[in-house]
Amino acid sequence: MNTMKTQRKLWGALILLAGLHGLVLFAGFFAPYSSSAQDRELPFAPPTRIHFIDAQGTFHARPFVYGLKDDPKTFGSLAADSTQMYPLHFFVRGSSYKVACMFESNLHLFGVSGTGRIFLMGSDGYGRDQFTRFLYGGQISLAAGLIAAALSVLLGIIIGALAGFYGGWIDDVLMRGGELFLALPWLYLLFAVRAALPLHIAQWQVFLLLIAVIGLVGWARPARLIRGMVLSAKERNFVVAARTFGASDAYLLRRHVLPQTYGVILTQVALLVPQYVLAEVTLTFLGLGVGEPMPSWGSLLASLQQYYVLSSYWWMFLPALLLVPVFLAYYMAADALQERLKTVPL
Amino acid sequence: MRFLILLAILCAFSSRSAVSAQTADRMVTGSPPGRAGGQIVIALRSDPKTLNPALAADVPSRDIIYCMNADLIHINRETQKTEAGLAKSWSVSRDGRTYTLRLRRGLRFSDGKPFTADDVIFTFRVYLDEKIHSEQRDLLIVGGKPIAVQKIDDHTVRFQLAQPYAAAERLFDGLPILPRHLLENAYNNGAFSKEWSISMPPDQFAGLGPFRLKEYVPGQRIVLERNPYYWKVDGKGNPLPYLSEIVFLFVPSEDAQVIRFQAGDTDILSSFSAQNFAVLAREESAKGYHLRDVGPGLEYNFLFFNLNNLAGKNLPQIAGKQTWFQDARFREAVSAATDREGIVRLVYGGRATPLWGQVTPGNKLWVDGKLPHPARSPEHARELLKSAGFSWKSDGTLIDSKANPVEFSILTSASNAERTKMATIIQDDLSQLGMNVHVVSLDFGAMVDRLLNSFDYEAAIMGLASGDTDPTAEMNVWVSSGGTHLWHLNETKPATPWETEMDRLMNEQLITLNYQKRKRLYDQVQEIVTQNLPVICLASPDILVGAKNRIGNFRPAILDPYALWNVEELYVH
Repeated sequence: MNTMKTQRKLWGALILLAGLHGLVLFAGFFAPYSSSAQDRELPFAPPTRIHFIDAQGTFHARPFVYGLKDDPKTFGSLAADSTQMYPLHFFVRGSSYKVACMFESNLHLFGVSGTGRIFLMGSDGYGRDQFTRFLYGGQISLAAGLIAAALSVLLGIIIGALAGFYGGWIDDVLMRGGELFLALPWLYLLFAVRAALPLHIAQWQVFLLLIAVIGLVGWARPARLIRGMVLSAKERNFVVAARTFGASDAYLLRRHVLPQTYGVILTQVALLVPQYVLAEVTLTFLGLGVGEPMPSWGSLLASLQQYYVLSSYWWMFLPALLLVPVFLAYYMAADALQERLKTVPL
Repeated sequence: MRFLILLAILCAFSSRSAVSAQTADRMVTGSPPGRAGGQIVIALRSDPKTLNPALAADVPSRDIIYCMNADLIHINRETQKTEAGLAKSWSVSRDGRTYTLRLRRGLRFSDGKPFTADDVIFTFRVYLDEKIHSEQRDLLIVGGKPIAVQKIDDHTVRFQLAQPYAAAERLFDGLPILPRHLLENAYNNGAFSKEWSISMPPDQFAGLGPFRLKEYVPGQRIVLERNPYYWKVDGKGNPLPYLSEIVFLFVPSEDAQVIRFQAGDTDILSSFSAQNFAVLAREESAKGYHLRDVGPGLEYNFLFFNLNNLAGKNLPQIAGKQTWFQDARFREAVSAATDREGIVRLVYGGRATPLWGQVTPGNKLWVDGKLPHPARSPEHARELLKSAGFSWKSDGTLIDSKANPVEFSILTSASNAERTKMATIIQDDLSQLGMNVHVVSLDFGAMVDRLLNSFDYEAAIMGLASGDTDPTAEMNVWVSSGGTHLWHLNETKPATPWETEMDRLMNEQLITLNYQKRKRLYDQVQEIVTQNLPVICLASPDILVGAKNRIGNFRPAILDPYALWNVEELYVH
């Protein structure tokens, strides 16, 4: 019964994650606009409401949105203009994009016709669609989280396995080194690295730098965990037996010791990804990540540093709110994996 | 020894106090009379670095020094013209080289000591001293020679200039007169630079301004109190200033200052963004304050390319790109593609003026009204690029005649959100021409180092604002040898024919005394700037200020200090 529940929870989390990643991966299709398209007439437009019933009370089978005009009541803000109606269409042609960096397409899931605009999450200070930027921003942030987690876990496995398997001075050196990394003030490290770099490095280089720093600094914790697992695993009877039969170290590690840690590693990855996504968000929020006009979840939140945004445009908080289900899905998966570890014997 | 000095001071005080104030040449101001007493609170960005007028360079120091000191001839911030200050009147010789100033009689410093021509002579000795490195010294070198100052009698001073100087009267604004009796000893002992540091006790300071120092609490506030010896009176003969105290609080960021003002903690707020203006405007009537958009100030923001001579700098990449930057058609294309209206709307929420030349419409006496304002035209930009030998690849990337893709970065200061935003807008505009532009925000110090020393940059966005409307204040920007000739520093001789022409015009307007003739010369400079685009002017933000409704005589101006220029006339209802 308990295993059933765990299994259901795991699958639920995985489906949620697959859906989220699918949305982000195919951002070009799901987003109505290009991530850098500015509409300079419509800065800080509020989220567009989708209507079925117009101002006269008439019902429309095809949903529609209203146009935007300057709000006469408050200076510098926009309000819906019920004299302009734009019907919502599905599978429309719009700006072109690339699917998975390969196929070019210009098909979008939805859009409005003519000069109308649909901003599901409002627009930012340049009149760019926040929903579009959230989806595209996920490409940077999730990729950074996934790759950095993979990097630090990979390093953790190698170093942890070596330390745990050989013990002695190797263990001492590696683990004390790990503690040194744990004690590093990584934010300042990143500031220092960024300052030492040439003036204009390409966006992908900044991105790689982010991943490298987040991933390299984070290996110590998984390494400690895996060392502990390896320490106990190498003393198990079947491992000792294999050794007496003359198995090499490499064979033992590959065949008998490391497989025992896979469950833990998977759980670690599920825990580290959201942590590293958050690290990317923090760094970009502080101006150390990818720059304009490329969106990332951190840069979507960066404008909240300003008082007028904070106090005037509530929809600028939406990206922060949307991070919650993403993280919850990852933690749910980690939780289910952890429970499965307890119930499924090694 | 100290006792002796004290005794001497006491004697001087008692003997002179017999000469009563009734003989003093008081100045009568024209503003509506107010009510005496009361206190106002104003926020400053940081503690002032010093209260020594010859050494102050930061804004908080200057704001406080402005309230504590007075100058011989003053620029009226409202009319933008000169008016009498400590000098009651002055005359100019026919050749325009000799100025004779007659000082007001019977005036006293804020410690009660009398003010005479000796103080003026001492003050100019300090400002002109090379060892002091005063900010004002450069202004006092006319025609390559320092201005000669001569005492005629106790209340007359003569200034001798090496050549006629059109803006000579305006020079005196911003040169506070120092008390000889307090500072001469330190000056003679070579310890002047330590004088009037912010931590000195209040009784060591004295000035001729409306207020004097009462208290300084590091990191928190500085309190000024009314100077009882001040020399201005209102139309009814009541002594100024009205306020008995001004409290300056140190509030480090603009947003924090806005919040403090909104909460009612401060009475006056100046220099804040249009976005914060909109935030504050929502509660204007409910909270009992009012906001004023005074119109465009003197600040002009501009984009410029690195046209420096890079020989011996080992920057081959940038040197290679300079062949684009040096082509006026390339710069004109960038200018034509730039959406200035978009900048005004998105960066300044509409509270700014798009600019094509360096003089803003706020500078009424000097703006060239005939300057063309070409509308944004990417098509025209494409034509210009084509004629300059650029072409486009099939994917739309702009390439030069050697097939190099056009790619460069725009440097901005990370602390200035507005200029970073401008850069992002220009980046988008130029991407439509096929240029690959990066925006790089650095901290201000690192950026200035690249602009002034290492020249390791391709393009940058900066803003400049003179303290005065007169073109003379802009000499160092437009003359090829000037220290703020940003696009090409350290020129030994003008690098281009139009820079030669600009040098000639700027130097000629400097010595031309007739306003109409000077205006024509400076108009030509503005035309050269818009034609050759050494800097691509973008926009000039409006000066925005706010004050509680209880503040009377609040008449903000576009010249610094915007809200406090008539601080002696401010009062509390």
